[in-house]
Amino acid sequence: MTAPEVAPPWALLAELTHRCPLHCAYCSNPVELVKRDAELSTEDWARVMREAAALGVVSTHLSGGEPLRRADLEQIVAATAGAGIHSQMVTSGVGLDERRLGRLVDAGLNCVQLSVQHADLRANDEIAGARVFAAKERAAALVRKTGIVLGLNVVLHRQNLDAIDDIIALGIAWGCSRIELANAQYQGWALLNRAALLPSREQLARAEDAVGRWRERLAGSVELIWVLPDYFTGVPKPCMGGWGALSLTVAPDGTVLPCPGAYVITELDFPNVRNASLAEIWRRSPAFAAYRGDAWMPDPCRSCPRRAEDFGGCRCQARALTGDAARTDPACTLSPDHHLIEARTAPSSGGPGREPAASPAPVVPRILRS
Amino acid sequence: MSGAAEWRPALAASVVLRHDAVRDVDLLVLPERAVVLTPSAAAVLRLCDGETGAAAIVDRLSRDFPDAPVATDVPVFLDRVRQEGWLR
Repeated sequence: MTAPEVAPPWALLAELTHRCPLHCAYCSNPVELVKRDAELSTEDWARVMREAAALGVVSTHLSGGEPLRRADLEQIVAATAGAGIHSQMVTSGVGLDERRLGRLVDAGLNCVQLSVQHADLRANDEIAGARVFAAKERAAALVRKTGIVLGLNVVLHRQNLDAIDDIIALGIAWGCSRIELANAQYQGWALLNRAALLPSREQLARAEDAVGRWRERLAGSVELIWVLPDYFTGVPKPCMGGWGALSLTVAPDGTVLPCPGAYVITELDFPNVRNASLAEIWRRSPAFAAYRGDAWMPDPCRSCPRRAEDFGGCRCQARALTGDAARTDPACTLSPDHHLIEARTAPSSGGPGREPAASPAPVVPRILRS
Repeated sequence: MSGAAEWRPALAASVVLRHDAVRDVDLLVLPERAVVLTPSAAAVLRLCDGETGAAAIVDRLSRDFPDAPVATDVPVFLDRVRQEGWLR
């Protein structure tokens, strides 16, 4: 008897470093950031790209932290292109000048996704915890000049949802072909800062209406992606298209995860590219097998007709909120733990479900101490 | 319709046409997605080099695939792919 064949992954998220000039309170990096001296070498990343391509990966996000903080980013891009993998650099724009961008494009970089925190310079820099807006504006213009595709990524929360019209207009003015409006996912840093970040239902409804109006107006000329706020929809997200199904994440220190939030599932022993090949990790590691398919599902997922659509929701959110990664995602109204979410979002809760309070909750900025 | 005849289709910026040896399919890889192509779609797109006009692509495919409805289907296909933003 051989184990059933595991379908190969399509995409790789390469967290090249956790170093970053920004301090966003909703950062998707783990709360325990990887320090510089634990980062993989250039050679390691080149091998990761070769192994990823051989395994079936066709597309990668070169992300961080800020990937430009890696002095060898050009070499990593070249190794990625050499392996035949389509690459997108996910950047804050800080540290990008014309010469460096030229070298990256020459090395084979296919496209760029730029983050922005707000359409207003001062509000942007306050959320980022650094004076970075001007650098972003410059970076956008430089990328447009090269002719490769520019996308914008905006994490949405209480402090910028009301500026959605201006943010979309900014993305259009900067020449973006795609604007990803991603409601914050309350894990890691964002969970730590949830009280300050969680919007009101009214804010969300207004923003969603605005996105609908822009979509009509743009008629597909600029793609708008609205990443649903699962705290408010009552329906869990099909996180990562299923655990170990479509993509994998390699952390700065070589840890391999089914999703960038999976660090919180501390009871799983996540493999590392220093000790095993990506193929072995993808096909045979217990961590990747843990929540694949639906055999692991408890009720109510086990008998739910939606289980093939949402895969039980997010394992990391289940773990963070209930202590058990195998439970139904509490974002689902059918989850026995849904009250954990509802208590935060019900209009009458007195919590952040209401209009923003005058004095915001304190924020823990994301800082990597070396 | 001389304008349409002048069009020399090319893959749009940041779009890559490639064979996927792992899955044994042809793919169009673009930012944030990959599209699995049918063999005939890949055969058409491989000719979109930015130098060959749409009419010449149809001629060439008509010769290579004399039994296929190239003259009717290929212009419609090219137009649809351009509307998706994958050709320019």
